[in-house]
Amino acid sequence: MATRVYVPKDATALSLGADEVAAALAAHAGGTVEIVRTGSRGMFWLEPLVEVATPAGRVGYGPVAAADVPALLAAGLLEGGTHRLRIGPVEEQPYLKGQQRLTFARVGVVDPASVADYVAHGGYRGLERALAMSPAEIVKAVTDSGLRGRGGAAFPTGIKWKTVLDQAAAQKYVTCNADEGDSGTFADRMLMEGDPLLLVEGMTIAGLAVGATQGYIYCRVEYPEAIDSVRTAIAAAHAAGYLGASVRGSGRRFDLGVRVGAGAYICGEETSMLESLEGRRGEVRVRPPLPAIKGLFGQPTIVNNVISLASVPVILERGADYYKNFGVGRSLGTIPLQLAGNLKRGGLVERAFGVTLREVLEDYGGGSASGRPLRAVQIGGPLGAYVPASQFDTPLDYESLAAIGAMLGHGGIVAFDDTVDMARMARYAFEFCAIESCGKCTPCRIGSSRGVNVIDNLLAGQQPALQRRLLEELCETMVQGSLCGLGGMAPFPVQSALRHFPEDFAPRGRH
Amino acid sequence: MLAFFHDGRLGPGGVVFSSIHGSPSVSSLEARERAAVESAVQRFGHEPGPLLVVLHAVQDALGYIPPPAVPEIAAALNLSRAEVHGVVTFYHYFRTVPHGRRVVQVCRAEACQARGGAALEAHARQRLGVGFDETTADGAVTLEAVYCLGNCATGPSVRIDGRMHSHVTPERFDALTGRQRSQ
Repeated sequence: MATRVYVPKDATALSLGADEVAAALAAHAGGTVEIVRTGSRGMFWLEPLVEVATPAGRVGYGPVAAADVPALLAAGLLEGGTHRLRIGPVEEQPYLKGQQRLTFARVGVVDPASVADYVAHGGYRGLERALAMSPAEIVKAVTDSGLRGRGGAAFPTGIKWKTVLDQAAAQKYVTCNADEGDSGTFADRMLMEGDPLLLVEGMTIAGLAVGATQGYIYCRVEYPEAIDSVRTAIAAAHAAGYLGASVRGSGRRFDLGVRVGAGAYICGEETSMLESLEGRRGEVRVRPPLPAIKGLFGQPTIVNNVISLASVPVILERGADYYKNFGVGRSLGTIPLQLAGNLKRGGLVERAFGVTLREVLEDYGGGSASGRPLRAVQIGGPLGAYVPASQFDTPLDYESLAAIGAMLGHGGIVAFDDTVDMARMARYAFEFCAIESCGKCTPCRIGSSRGVNVIDNLLAGQQPALQRRLLEELCETMVQGSLCGLGGMAPFPVQSALRHFPEDFAPRGRH
Repeated sequence: MLAFFHDGRLGPGGVVFSSIHGSPSVSSLEARERAAVESAVQRFGHEPGPLLVVLHAVQDALGYIPPPAVPEIAAALNLSRAEVHGVVTFYHYFRTVPHGRRVVQVCRAEACQARGGAALEAHARQRLGVGFDETTADGAVTLEAVYCLGNCATGPSVRIDGRMHSHVTPERFDALTGRQRSQ
């Protein structure tokens, strides 16, 4: 019987040569191996991470290059044999063992294209429960779980669903915001590539909960591997009777389609995403009305992030009480943190809210990749604040971060060592906002470009005291006057850089 | 007030649409371009809110969206020319001119900057002798900026003709793009 060998096809693993490793295994081991392509475990410094099924569990080897394959086979790879790349039983890795993986439990483990594998690993139990419940009961379970939107805004998911449920409409929609544009984030991508059926299941449950028969996943064009993976999963779910005219023979319809973005960060803002889904420029809509009342094509619409929707099946399967036992205060459940930038061990860490930033950066991240001291981290994407090393003991939950003027956002953590130039990062925040502004409101459209000018003037030493005051007033104007979070939050990294790293803004020569 | 500006179909676009529809300028599409546009409209024109889907199909087939396709698509989807032009130009991903033989996308976002992304960006521009969204004079390479490829733990990241690469130093960039100094 062929030995089962797992090789990721996650985008990061592919970028490090996973396809070449899989091809080398097929060429050198021939019929003695059955290669299963999976998602990634989220230990990116070990990618490509090859896992071998042994009687004692899955044994890992990494990072493997295609050229290592003959020696690995000679060393008894297929029996879990000793080799310098052997890391031992994968589940016993400290990085994985300390995690609390509720949504990422199957990512890196299962064949993402296989409904049978998904079900064998506990998939679709949440949907089976939901099919036996009334819409109001499903919504209540999600509300009681304390789940808040994982895209960044942290709005209670159950309240959103209740609003859609309460609308009378001939057509309602469930939309998934998979426009994961924040730098330093890849949780949505990993989930869509590694366990797309979990997202499909979560959206199907959402459809049952609010009476929506059509769902759309809006995925950014920068994620071609995720788009393929989700489309394959949708077709497989359809073929197995989990999607379509009668979900599991219930007589209730739910169809799902994928729509692809076109390189616009603003389309991660929910009303811009709806505009884009309707085939228009991704310009922000004025609220009210809320999308839950008047959303896609003017109909009541759920707009949830990938991770929010992927958190729903476990809530239905194990109950709201199980889920809300994780976390602290009003930050309940788990959050997939994404360790990015200058870290030795970048990757995905799903933990209950409340783990400290230091624990994440040091115990998981292993400190900087460069070996130099960490100076700052940006949390929550390009609109998130920079946090200095003196605040690394802050717990990672919504309220604790708000208390230090920061935000968790979508859970991306980008680490910088002491070579970082914070004035340059502040300038980039404005530059990025100017490039990505939809142009609808003036504070964002004009303010972002003016912000770049003012920082340039400040650094050039042209009336620095005046520029400094201008900069502060400009930030205030954008925060107070912008239509949406892009212009409204782009000043946060700037203000935090000014507050914590004023020395970097001293006038200098032409740069 | 903002909604008025927003809804292009109520604005002067409708006038533009009726005056352009059927005008001779639309015939400047080459045969293969016309085939791509017609195929895209035929396959996806019936979907709800189809414009982005149709534009993707055209760019997938041709590598770009020819400007003379705008009135054609507008007529087929019952939109104004302004609406279609507005969408094509809003989204960074859509191109209106053919790309070079290779497309090199360099990530400019923070996580890559934390690992030397700014230096790589400067190197890429200098080595290729072009700015972003430009193609080298020999037509070999189109350089594009991207804002996050979701490959944030192993940057700097570059995608070349769809294939992503991690840990791209200036030296590796030259090797990957075939632009070593000794060329």
